[in-house]
Amino acid sequence: MIKVTFIEHNGTVRSVEVADGTSLMEAAVGNLIPGIDGDCGGCCACATCHLFIEPEWLDKLVPAEDMEKSLLELAECVGPGSRLGCQIKLSQSLDGIVARTPLGQH
Amino acid sequence: MNAAYTAVPQEQKNPAYAIPLEDIDVSDPELYRSNTMWGYFERLRREDPVHYCAKSLFGPYWSVTKYKDIMQVETLPGIYSSDSRRGGVTILDSNTAVQLPMFIQMDPPQHDEHRKAVSPIVAPENLARMEGIIRRRTGEALDSLPVGREFNWVDKVSINLTTQMLATLFDFPWEDRSKLTYWSDATVALPGEGLVDSEEHRMQIMGECAAYMTRLWNERVNAEPRSDLISMMAHDARTRNMTPEEFLGNVLLLIVGGNDTTRSSMTGGVLALNENPEQYAKLCANPALVASMIPEIVRWQTPLSHMRRTATEDTVLGGKNIRKGDKVVMWYVSGNRDEEAIENPNNFIIDRARPRQHLSFGFGIHRCVGNRLAEMQIRILWEEVLKRWPKPGQIKVIGAPERVASPFIKGYESMQVRIDA
Repeated sequence: MIKVTFIEHNGTVRSVEVADGTSLMEAAVGNLIPGIDGDCGGCCACATCHLFIEPEWLDKLVPAEDMEKSLLELAECVGPGSRLGCQIKLSQSLDGIVARTPLGQH
Repeated sequence: MNAAYTAVPQEQKNPAYAIPLEDIDVSDPELYRSNTMWGYFERLRREDPVHYCAKSLFGPYWSVTKYKDIMQVETLPGIYSSDSRRGGVTILDSNTAVQLPMFIQMDPPQHDEHRKAVSPIVAPENLARMEGIIRRRTGEALDSLPVGREFNWVDKVSINLTTQMLATLFDFPWEDRSKLTYWSDATVALPGEGLVDSEEHRMQIMGECAAYMTRLWNERVNAEPRSDLISMMAHDARTRNMTPEEFLGNVLLLIVGGNDTTRSSMTGGVLALNENPEQYAKLCANPALVASMIPEIVRWQTPLSHMRRTATEDTVLGGKNIRKGDKVVMWYVSGNRDEEAIENPNNFIIDRARPRQHLSFGFGIHRCVGNRLAEMQIRILWEEVLKRWPKPGQIKVIGAPERVASPFIKGYESMQVRIDA
């Protein structure tokens, strides 16, 4: 199992454990973490799983591909740690990852 | 998935199965007025999911009818262009209003710049600020309804509320707000279907809209920035130097985007619950289901039947060879009933597990910018309706609704209802 910590917009911290291979979006939606919607089901087509990865974990991620970059380009409040949760597959090397979630998606 | 579902016994009776496959033309406006397009789409999804129609009112075009193929087109904007100069986003090439430059009909990078200028108005923080005023106005509209008497829900509720919303977003003079609805309807009407006689007539109406909106722009460009759409565009570096055509195009896009679509879902929800009384009862027993019912209404209604793209190069889709320049129509109305993507897609189910997994807002870079605003408006409507009329079947649809004859706008001209006290 991989441990994931979500820090919500209002500061609430929740840690969840999910199976290897789960995406960060699925980890959030499956555990009812507010602020993450995942409308398209995880095929990088809607940007409603936008979240902010804490800086110390950024380098461990597979870099964003073009479609993810295009969608993030249009998302609100994008910052240096912005990623789409559906494009981050969790594995042992990401055990303990911390992500902040926005107020909502659109 | 629903393996038991099969329409084989229907095939003999359904006219969709009585004609040669190549003759199927799902763009015929009459199919939408009579609500008889479903069988044709069902047949295409099964027998010819990416279907070429050589002759139609709108010329030759490809139909993309399955969820996964639509998703493929949506996520390849470089191959499937939305650019108005190539034909834009609707099946009708010759609509002069819809040929105007507007960001829904631009490709990156210009699309991104224009969209980013207006998208903050529908960001989560702004929606939270707007919720109170929307709820108050919705309540006022409902309190003025003639309970116990038959009335047209489309006029008195759906058009009334969406027009008020547009006036708020544009900070438009309140007493003139019905002009917004008129301009919206004139933008998308098919010539000869009542509202506009010809493309010249349409452009004359658009000219009135442009003049009015330009006056508001001129007032606001020299004033302090405010949070309405016109002020936002007038003060944003990315949009303040738009050409007059781009300004009109984007104004029309925002008017149409926020008007016809939400209007149809506001009407469609009442109809869906009336056609599915067990769902109406379930909702009244547990009003918290409004949350998952709203996206289900938007899927079930599919307020825009399609979006169109134009191929920028030769490509292959679902095994068919699409040539550069071909018109490719993504039928959301069909993808939303695709049993391979959505369980029991022909049923209206207010407590689905993943209700937002539908195509009505589109996907990819052109996904509806106002989707969360639309959901909020419809949610507030139902929350306020249930506070006043909490019993199953209390809002009764009387007779069949009159539907719009259009392969683009999937909506209602009128729908008579009676609210029982």
